[in-house]
Amino acid sequence: MNKDKIILEVEDISVSFRMYDKGLSKHDLTVIKKLNVTVHEGEILAIVGASGSGKSVLAHAVLGILPSNASVGGEIRYCGKQLTNSLRKEKVGSEIIMIPQSVTYLDPLMKAGKQVRGLKGTKQQLEEAFRRYGLDKSAEKKYPFQLSGGMARRVLISTAVISDAKLILADEPTPGLSEDMAAETMRHFRELADQGCGILMITHDIEAALKAADTIAVFYDGETIDCCTADDFRQGRDALKHPYTKALWSALPENGFLSADASELMKGAL
Amino acid sequence: MAKKLLLSILKMILLLTAVSIITFALAELSPIDTVNAYIGENSISAEKRAQIEAYWGLNEPAVTRYLKWAGNILHGDMGTSMIYRKPVASVIGERFSLSIKLMFVSWVMSGVFGLLLGLIASAYRGSVIDKAIKVYCLLLESSPAFWIGMILLLIFSVKLGWLPLGLASPIGMTVEEAPLSDRIRHIILPALALSLTGVSKITLQVREKMNQAAESDYALFARARGESKWQFIRRHGLRNVMLPFITLQFGALSELFGGSVLAETVFTYPGLGNVTVQSALKGDIPLFLGIALFSALFVFAGNLIANILYSVADPRIREGGHSI
Ligand SMILES: Nc1ncnc2c1ncn2[C@@H]1O[C@H](COP(=O)(O)OP(=O)(O)OP(=O)(O)O)[C@@H](O)[C@H]1O
Ligand SMILES: [Mg+2]
Repeated sequence: MNKDKIILEVEDISVSFRMYDKGLSKHDLTVIKKLNVTVHEGEILAIVGASGSGKSVLAHAVLGILPSNASVGGEIRYCGKQLTNSLRKEKVGSEIIMIPQSVTYLDPLMKAGKQVRGLKGTKQQLEEAFRRYGLDKSAEKKYPFQLSGGMARRVLISTAVISDAKLILADEPTPGLSEDMAAETMRHFRELADQGCGILMITHDIEAALKAADTIAVFYDGETIDCCTADDFRQGRDALKHPYTKALWSALPENGFLSADASELMKGAL
Repeated sequence: MAKKLLLSILKMILLLTAVSIITFALAELSPIDTVNAYIGENSISAEKRAQIEAYWGLNEPAVTRYLKWAGNILHGDMGTSMIYRKPVASVIGERFSLSIKLMFVSWVMSGVFGLLLGLIASAYRGSVIDKAIKVYCLLLESSPAFWIGMILLLIFSVKLGWLPLGLASPIGMTVEEAPLSDRIRHIILPALALSLTGVSKITLQVREKMNQAAESDYALFARARGESKWQFIRRHGLRNVMLPFITLQFGALSELFGGSVLAETVFTYPGLGNVTVQSALKGDIPLFLGIALFSALFVFAGNLIANILYSVADPRIREGGHSI
């Protein structure tokens, strides 16, 4: 594995949605202004940021599944090549994998086992994934409405690990999971990374991000305002550059919840 | 389940009672005089008329006649048709066996074409194909079946001469005698006319439901997993569209019955629809009542089947124990 090899490179991307107002007038709503992230082979990159800061939109932009009223600027490269729609056709679903944010991404009328296998998964892969995530064999035959929230979440994660992923875009994969399961997921991500996968993990939970990730990118209002290593974070406040990141650090429980409200601070900083 | 079934049966009895009372009352109020309609152009003496009226029991009060009729029905006797001079049950049986073929063919056609067109329109959403299908459907939906029937007759029978003008068999042959190929030739146009309005309704609904499915989160996820448009339709779209489709398709039986009356009249197809018109015009009250009851039963059965199929087809109802 080559830790210097870049798997995903997002450079100055912007996303705006064309909104139709009453009548015929319309305007563009820019939700991502200038985002930059880079994921290397073997790296787990955590993206933290407030709700609505554009984390999911970024993941969807990489996958090319934004709605048709969206327009994307900037550059996205996958393994050095520009990620065009024809390259996506080849890679998305096989090498580029998403773990969606919510269990509504499961087809309500298809049994869990069939959904996990998708187009190419084999029976063995399915059984292995289910074993790993503590899903009973009977869950294969269940419809999403028959699964508990945590089970459905594990089904979603199983869909991703069944493939030969090179890049996993995990959009808040752990809420609703028990502590053990969340930890197992993180262990698994690390294992996949060690096998050469790049992982982009979106999360609200800085603590979890710190434990699992190598690098942390901080989003605020559609911009990457900071990018630092998890080590910087562990070293303490002074190792961090940006005031918003410092505020995030202070808000961690072990640092005594020095809750200078991050967004308050942000307003002052900009 | 047993409770639900019992409730359905109760509902059906209420429905049939209401239908029979209303139909009877309408027939009573109609200006058509049964005896006049029966004798047609001939004039008869007053005595003769009185005799016929007495024979048919027409001079008794309406309520008495209704109760008598209802009592007979409970014994399985639907009475005798005045115009065909045969038991009502056998008239309905004979004619319905012709109508059911017509309805079945057009029901299947509207289901198959409706589903296909709806899927295609949705798959090419916003394109010229989608718009063309939509316009076609809206046009069809707003044109009455008999008008469509006449256009079809004009084109395929009068102008092109490909298909017969009417009836269920060549002139001079009963339907039983006619070879299968002839019977098919006779059923094509009426079935087509009957199915066209149904097609548009199903197409528009399927298109709508499919569009909804294509905008769902699970569609997004399917794309993120590398499924193409048609793979999505096959793997996820169809199963999510199937449920509303089933309801729609079986619910369409009522309109089919109404439509068949018009189509059979336009194409002089000697099915139950034709007989319905005859019985109404000639004031053949036993036959008319019989048909009214029969059609109510038919429509009711269609809706019941739709409900049952729906609860069998939807896992959320089948395995979740939710009721409809
Ligand atoms: N299809 C869309 N049309 C218009 N605006 C959208 C659309 N999708 C997302 N947005 C807007 O983009 C912004 C970013 O949304 P996004 O879903 O990326 O947030 P997020 O960072 O993932 O938040 P969360 O942590 O709550 O999931 C939000 O303000 C949202 O309203
Ligand atoms: Mg999100």
